[in-house]
Amino acid sequence: MVELADLKTVGQPNWCPGCGNFAIWHALKSAIVELRLEPHNVVIFSGIGCSSKMPHWVNTYGFHGIHGRPLPIATGARLANNNLTVIAVGGDGDGYGIGIGHFIHAMRRNLNITYIVTNNQVYGLTTGQTSPTSDKGFTTKSTPTGVIEMPINPIALAIASEATYISRGFSKEMKHLTKLIVDGVRHEGFALIDVLQPCVTFNRKNTYEWFSERVYKLEETGYDVTNKQAAFLKSLEWNGRIPIGLFYREIRPTYEDELPQIAEAPLVRQRIEEINITALMDEFV
Amino acid sequence: MENNSLSWKIGGEAGYGIMTTGFIFAKACSRAGLHVFDHAEYPSLIRGGHNTYQVRAEVEEVFSHVKHVDLLVALNKETIDRHKEELAPGGGIIYDGGKTPLSEEGLGREDVKLNSIPLLRLAEESGGRRIMINSVALGASVAFINFDFEMLSSVIRDVYRGKAKETIEFNIKAARLGYNYVKSKGMEEDFGRRLPKVGGKKRMLLTGNEATGLGAIKAGCKFYVAYPMTPASSILHLMAAQERNFSLVVKHPEDEIASINMAIGAGFAGVRAMTATSGGGFSLMTEALGLAAMTETPVVIVVCQRPGPSTGLATRTEQGDLKFVLHASHGDFPRFVIAPGDVEDCFYKTIEAFNLAERYQCPVILILDKFLSESHKTAEKFDVSGVKTDRGLLFSDEELERIEEFKRYEFTETGISPRAIPSQRGGIFTATGNEHDETGYLSEDKTVRTKMMDKRFRKFEQAEREIPEPKLFGPKEVEVTIIGWGSTKGPIREAMKLLDRDGIKANFLQIIYISPFPKNTVSEIFETSKRIVIVENNKTAQLASLIKEKTGKEIEHKILKYDGRQFFPTDIYQRVKEVL
Repeated sequence: MVELADLKTVGQPNWCPGCGNFAIWHALKSAIVELRLEPHNVVIFSGIGCSSKMPHWVNTYGFHGIHGRPLPIATGARLANNNLTVIAVGGDGDGYGIGIGHFIHAMRRNLNITYIVTNNQVYGLTTGQTSPTSDKGFTTKSTPTGVIEMPINPIALAIASEATYISRGFSKEMKHLTKLIVDGVRHEGFALIDVLQPCVTFNRKNTYEWFSERVYKLEETGYDVTNKQAAFLKSLEWNGRIPIGLFYREIRPTYEDELPQIAEAPLVRQRIEEINITALMDEFV
Repeated sequence: MENNSLSWKIGGEAGYGIMTTGFIFAKACSRAGLHVFDHAEYPSLIRGGHNTYQVRAEVEEVFSHVKHVDLLVALNKETIDRHKEELAPGGGIIYDGGKTPLSEEGLGREDVKLNSIPLLRLAEESGGRRIMINSVALGASVAFINFDFEMLSSVIRDVYRGKAKETIEFNIKAARLGYNYVKSKGMEEDFGRRLPKVGGKKRMLLTGNEATGLGAIKAGCKFYVAYPMTPASSILHLMAAQERNFSLVVKHPEDEIASINMAIGAGFAGVRAMTATSGGGFSLMTEALGLAAMTETPVVIVVCQRPGPSTGLATRTEQGDLKFVLHASHGDFPRFVIAPGDVEDCFYKTIEAFNLAERYQCPVILILDKFLSESHKTAEKFDVSGVKTDRGLLFSDEELERIEEFKRYEFTETGISPRAIPSQRGGIFTATGNEHDETGYLSEDKTVRTKMMDKRFRKFEQAEREIPEPKLFGPKEVEVTIIGWGSTKGPIREAMKLLDRDGIKANFLQIIYISPFPKNTVSEIFETSKRIVIVENNKTAQLASLIKEKTGKEIEHKILKYDGRQFFPTDIYQRVKEVL
């Protein structure tokens, strides 16, 4: 049985002290333990940014790719071997900026992938520029007079993009977040876990305190996770109170379910020696 | 009378089935046992605009199209205006005199025969629609060369398979009316060309893209992912059509960036994966190309060139991306670049590409172009008896269990490190686009960086020793050596036939592996050959400049074409003669 110690790697995270990513890291490892996943059957994919170094610090297979592209790489691996547990981790710049096209398309595909977005509303690794989720008016090095455009609303976007598991966590609520990750991995289909993750170095507005004053848990309000219209309305709440928890869940066949080619065995288990193309060549005669 | 050769061309407005009609004619010739080469020209439009399809059929093997036309089927006036100069003396035009009145004076050619056939009236008589004028023209064409009508109707049935029975029968009837019209008037008697039916083995008729797709399937490509882009799209269509027959997963994703990243993900997970695109799409892929190199993930990328920059000429041909694929993506890293020259090369080199990608754990680029991608050529069925699957150094589960500490990027003598794939116990590692140590862990250490760079290039040094030498066509002792790459192979081989007829001895060095570069063989040719010319379908002689970079030798005589059209054999023949 896998234990937390088994998930330890040689290196240690080099995030800033107090960074919200530490809690997400712990929650992810705890979820793997709780799910009793074998580390060699798990792959963590990431792009570029502070949070995208995550695969190096969890002792499972990992792929630390390029900015904004963790979902396409995860998709290829998932289709190659649908026995793998595929988890993607990226930041708001990575996932909601450069990678937003992939994000939307991955959701409508409903591949069995869990996607954790560590959303700190600022670019950390490039030293504090605006991100697609920065609040309007937020001042950064690249927007000294304040962000002019409206922020991306990942939850509303996910609902519109037909994702089948849509949730929001808060890195200060580690146990709650662990449960969201466990549920997300168990969910058959694409699971989004958007995590409010204060950047202690570059985001002086959306701090732990700022969030703590506002967040509340949806499950404590008798909320119905199967009502899409209600979920959309709920996704619009931000400046007064901020809901965390599961917004919406739907059971829909996954992309993999719709592929008879991999019903018997994953692609990676299919033999590639001695493929007979005689009949195919005959079609060209 | 039998001439054993014919160059036939059909032209008309886009949207009138020119492509299908041309293909049916080509396929009928192929079924008759003849060697065929065809090619189509079309603008980047769905309706309107001028399309042509040219078929060359001969008893002897043919390697490319030719400039002249023996029989021109003109579905509109524009076809006549644009192509009358291409008609060979004694050639003929099939056209609808009722729609397009025409006289020899008006044409300005007295040496060709005008064959007015009421295409539209016969199409309507067949019970079909106006569009069936092309089937009437097909039947008429077949009558001119004394072909078996049944041969044509069997091909029509096969090509239109899947359409309504009624549609198929109307087309056959339209063709029959065209055939009968020519025969009843004895029109074919004035036309001097006949094609014989030849017995023997049945050949395939396929494009470079189709041969590439067949090669990929045979090689065990299990995941094909591509965004449509001319002229690469037909690989996607072929793979998608075969998805369930061969248990492949074929994906058309949101863009080319997703395509290559998905292919890399699948390669990382242990599946043979391929993507294909043209220059614009490859531009988008270049960042991930470097990722494949840095993570040492096998991936095969097909680049079907068309003229650039930007959207350029979207449906025309050029070999303008060689330097681009050789240098694409930032940083120093090795990649294979292979340039097939014909359908056989496309098939066998695609299989080789998958083996090299896994053997050397790096990206492999196959570079084609529109002329090769979309022209059909007859080919013997591919001989798959010698095909081997080389998966390279892939640790088995048992081997991994015996290893104390698995190092995915271990420094080895060859530079190739044994690989593990997710799901293998004992093989856990993280692949990363960042520089990393032997385990895959992030590292900025200067010694590690240097050793890792050397390791990646060391495997390429080994590849340099292992790749096959370029192929030399023709005798060793010659007056002139022609060097070329990719689709110019066919026109060059045809030009050699013309030179030989004039008693000029020439040979042809085909560079298939461009990276790693076959330095020794190319250097030797400079020692043994009196005169060297290079033939390239681009403005700047990109291969010639690579040859200079690698061997220090400058090629003086460059035969270049960059108007968006491929070389005709006669272009090369004439220019080579000027050099002599």
